[in-house]
Amino acid sequence: MGYLAAAYAVLWAISFGLVFSIVWRQRKLQQELQVLRQVVEDETISHE
Amino acid sequence: MKRRNDTLLLVLTGLSAVLVLAALYLALVGAPEADLKSETGRYAQRIIYFHIATAWVGFLAFFVTFVGGVGYLRTQARKWDILALASAEIGTVFMLGVLVSGSIWAKPAWGVWWVWDERLTISLVQFLVYVGYLMLRSSVSDPTRRARFGAVYGIVAFISVPINFIAIRLWRTQHPLMFGAEGGGLSDDMMFAFFFCLATFTVWYATLMWHRIRLEQLRDDVEDLKQRVMS
Repeated sequence: MGYLAAAYAVLWAISFGLVFSIVWRQRKLQQELQVLRQVVEDETISHE
Repeated sequence: MKRRNDTLLLVLTGLSAVLVLAALYLALVGAPEADLKSETGRYAQRIIYFHIATAWVGFLAFFVTFVGGVGYLRTQARKWDILALASAEIGTVFMLGVLVSGSIWAKPAWGVWWVWDERLTISLVQFLVYVGYLMLRSSVSDPTRRARFGAVYGIVAFISVPINFIAIRLWRTQHPLMFGAEGGGLSDDMMFAFFFCLATFTVWYATLMWHRIRLEQLRDDVEDLKQRVMS
């Protein structure tokens, strides 16, 4: 029973690790994108 | 269009979660017990439902990386490079799952965590080859060269998939053969759970791919904006 639990726990941990990594990177990029869009917008306004 | 895609992705993600839970139930409870003497062996046998499904996704993912590589070399279109990268990353993670779950199964079945037989060694080498693919990509800064190197590497690395698949048929390895000329290692009752897990993991792979591809598209958007800000 212990081996079965360990195997499934490891598979779940690896799967969640992958999902968490994708979500974390996505959030980081979205934040970066937001900042860059703000910079572009500010530059456009200052040129006008 | 974007909103429709978002809704579709949400539905697919939800469907994957439901299917994974159902597969988990079938693998742990629904499938009949194996005809083995030891109780530990009977429990450990249930590992194979997810172990083989994970291996299937690994092989499928590496095949998609191969297709992405060929597509990129033919067209130089970024979408093929994204496809190959996303699939290689997911495949590598799943291959890690295969190695670890297989090792945990081996302890009660064989009495050891690991043996250097052909199947296991080839699986480990295959995992390391794709870790190499990801390392190669992260070490090349020029996007065009990175994509080209990645495409060639992904095509060549795919050789490991058929070799791994036929290893247990070619050599007399310790690894059990599930489907062979002498019949399978599963009873008919177990087949339903087995194929359900296979289908579930395929849907799970498609979901992960969609999310991973979106991530790469987002990275491209950031790079484009950075270029605009710099210029």
